[in-house]
Amino acid sequence: MRLLVFALGFGFLLAVPFLTQSIGQPALLTLASRILIYAIAAASLNFILGYGGMVSFGHAAFFGIGAYTVGILFAHHSSAEPLFGLIPGSNQMLITLPAAVLVAGLFAGLIGALSLRTGGVQFIMITLAFAQMLFFFFVSLTPYGAEDGIIIRRTNELFGLNMRDKTVLYYVILAIALVFFLALWRVVNSSFGAVLKGMRQNERRMAAIGFAPYRYKLFAFVLAGMGAGLAGALMANFLRFASPDMMHWTKSGELMIMVILGGVGSFFGPIFGAAAFLILETFLAGWSEHWPLALGLILLVVVMGTKGGISGLFDRFGGRGK
Amino acid sequence: MILILEQLLNGLQFGVMLFLLAAGLTLIFGIMGVINLAHGSLYMVGAYAGTYVATETGSFWLGLPAALGAAALTGFAIEALVVRRLYARDHLDQVLATFALILIFNQLIVLGFGRQPVFTALPSGFGGSVELLPGLPYPTYRLLIIATGLSVALGLYLLINRTRIGMLVRAGATNRDMVRALGVDIRLLYTVVFGLGALLAGLAGYMAGPISAVQVGMGEQILLATFVVVVVGGVGSIKGAFVAGIVLGVVDTMLRAFLPGLLRLVMAPSDADAIGLGVASMGIYLLMALVLLVRPKGLFAAGG
Repeated sequence: MRLLVFALGFGFLLAVPFLTQSIGQPALLTLASRILIYAIAAASLNFILGYGGMVSFGHAAFFGIGAYTVGILFAHHSSAEPLFGLIPGSNQMLITLPAAVLVAGLFAGLIGALSLRTGGVQFIMITLAFAQMLFFFFVSLTPYGAEDGIIIRRTNELFGLNMRDKTVLYYVILAIALVFFLALWRVVNSSFGAVLKGMRQNERRMAAIGFAPYRYKLFAFVLAGMGAGLAGALMANFLRFASPDMMHWTKSGELMIMVILGGVGSFFGPIFGAAAFLILETFLAGWSEHWPLALGLILLVVVMGTKGGISGLFDRFGGRGK
Repeated sequence: MILILEQLLNGLQFGVMLFLLAAGLTLIFGIMGVINLAHGSLYMVGAYAGTYVATETGSFWLGLPAALGAAALTGFAIEALVVRRLYARDHLDQVLATFALILIFNQLIVLGFGRQPVFTALPSGFGGSVELLPGLPYPTYRLLIIATGLSVALGLYLLINRTRIGMLVRAGATNRDMVRALGVDIRLLYTVVFGLGALLAGLAGYMAGPISAVQVGMGEQILLATFVVVVVGGVGSIKGAFVAGIVLGVVDTMLRAFLPGLLRLVMAPSDADAIGLGVASMGIYLLMALVLLVRPKGLFAAGG
C-alpha cells in the first residue's frame, strides 16, 4: 500500500514536465523545480528540528554557503585563476555539488560545535547569530559581488546534458532529490536516527543509557547542514545566481514555515510544506502585493490551530490519527 | 579624541535604545518563557502611531502618549489573542506564530501608511545642540534619548526591586511554577509584564523616529540586535539587559565609525569601506558567540 503511494507520487513528479507542457503553463515547471530544491532544504532542517528537537534559526546559512560554493568555483573557472592560488575553479556539477556539500558540512561542524554547547532559547539565538554573521560576511565580500551577489553565467555541466533546457534541469534536480530522500530515509530509520529521536524526547534519559548527546546532535547538525548545502548548490545552478539574500534570517524563517506547514518530524512533510509554501507564495503574490498578510494569517492559524501540518491532516484522513 | 567622545555618546544613545527594547523582551522571555519576535512590531507600531499624531497635531509631545498607548494596546491584544495560547507550547511554535505576526503587522502598516518612510519632526526646544566640552557640540535630542533611557532604567530598577509587583516579577523570572503554586494570579502578571514591555518598545520606537526613518521593517532591524542584548545579558535579567545594551550599543557604534577608517590604512578604500562595514555588522554577533561560549546562560542569567 505504502509502496504504491510512493510509486504514484514519484510517477507524478516524473510526469510534471509533460503535465505543465500539456496544460500550457511551462512556468509551473520552474515552480516545481523550486519546490524540489526547497523540499531538500526543508527536509534537512526537519531532520534536526523534527527528529532531533534542535530549533535552528540559522539554517539558511548552509543553503547560502552551498550556493556560494558553486558561484565562487564558477567565478574561478571563468577567470582561470585558482582560489587562494591553489584550488582550481570548476563548472562540473560532479565536482561542485560534492564541494558545496563538503563546505556546508564544514561550516555546520564549526557552528554546531559551538552552538550545541547551549540549549533552548540560547540555541535558537546563537544559530541565528552565526547565520547573520555569515550574511554580513558575504554582504561585505566585494570580490564576489558583495550584496549584489554573484552571477553564474552558465549552469554547471553534467555528462554533456543540455542543462539550459528547463526540463533536463528539472530531471537532474528530481534525480538528486530522490537520492537525497533515499539517503535521508536510511539515516532516519537507522539506529542513529533512533538515538536522535530519543534525544528529542528525553535527552537526560538517553545520556543515562550511554549515548553522549553532544556527539550525536553535532553529527546530526552536520548532516543537516550538508543537506541544506546541497539544496543551495542546486538553487545556485537553477537561478544561475547566488546572493547574500539566500542566507538572510527571513529565509531561515521560511524554511521553518515549510517544515511546520508540512508537519514537524514527518518524513514527507517537508515536501508538502515546501510545495504549500511556494504555491501559496506564487499565487498570493500574483493576486495581491499584500500577500504576506494572507501568508501570515494562514501561518498563524496553522501554528495555533493544527497539530502535524499537512501530513498530520493526511494521517487523520487515512485513519492513522492519534 | 573629540570624535571618539562623540561616537561614545552615540553608542550610549544606541545602547539605551537597545535597553528599552531588551528590558521588555527579557522579562517576557524570563517570566513567560515566550520568544516574542513581534517585539519589533510593537516598536514600529509606537513609531507610526506617535508620528501620525505628532504630524496631525504639530506637537511632538502629543505624539508621545499616542505612541505609548498604541504600543501598549497592541501589546495587550497580541497577548490576549496569540501569546497567551503559546505559553505551554514549545519554542518552535512561538517563533513561528510571532514570525507570522511580523508579516501581518508589516503588511497592515503598508496598507495604512504606504511604503515610503515617514519622518518625525524634532520636538521644539530640542532641535539644536549644546557644547558639552569645548569643540564638542552634541545634539540635544540625542541627549534627551540618553536621559530618557537612563531614567527608565532607574524607574525599572525601583519598580523591580522596591515594589510588590516587582517582587512578583523577580519571583516569576526565578521560578514560574512556584509563583503559580503560591496562588499568585500569574495570568494578570503576564499581561502586565507584556504590556509594560510593549510600552517600552513603543517609547523606543517613537524616540527613534526623529533620528532614523520610520519605515516598514524598522522593527526587524533592531530586533535582532535586541535579541543579542537579551541573550548576552542573560534571559530574564533587567540588569543584564542594561549592561549588555550599553556595551553592545557602544561596541557596534564604535566599530561602524572607526573600522572602515582603520582598514583603509591597509587596503584599497572601496574594499575597506565594504569589508569594514560588514565586519562591523558582524561585531555584536561575534561578541554574543564569545559570551555564550564562556557563559552559555549569558552574563547575568536569572535563576531557573
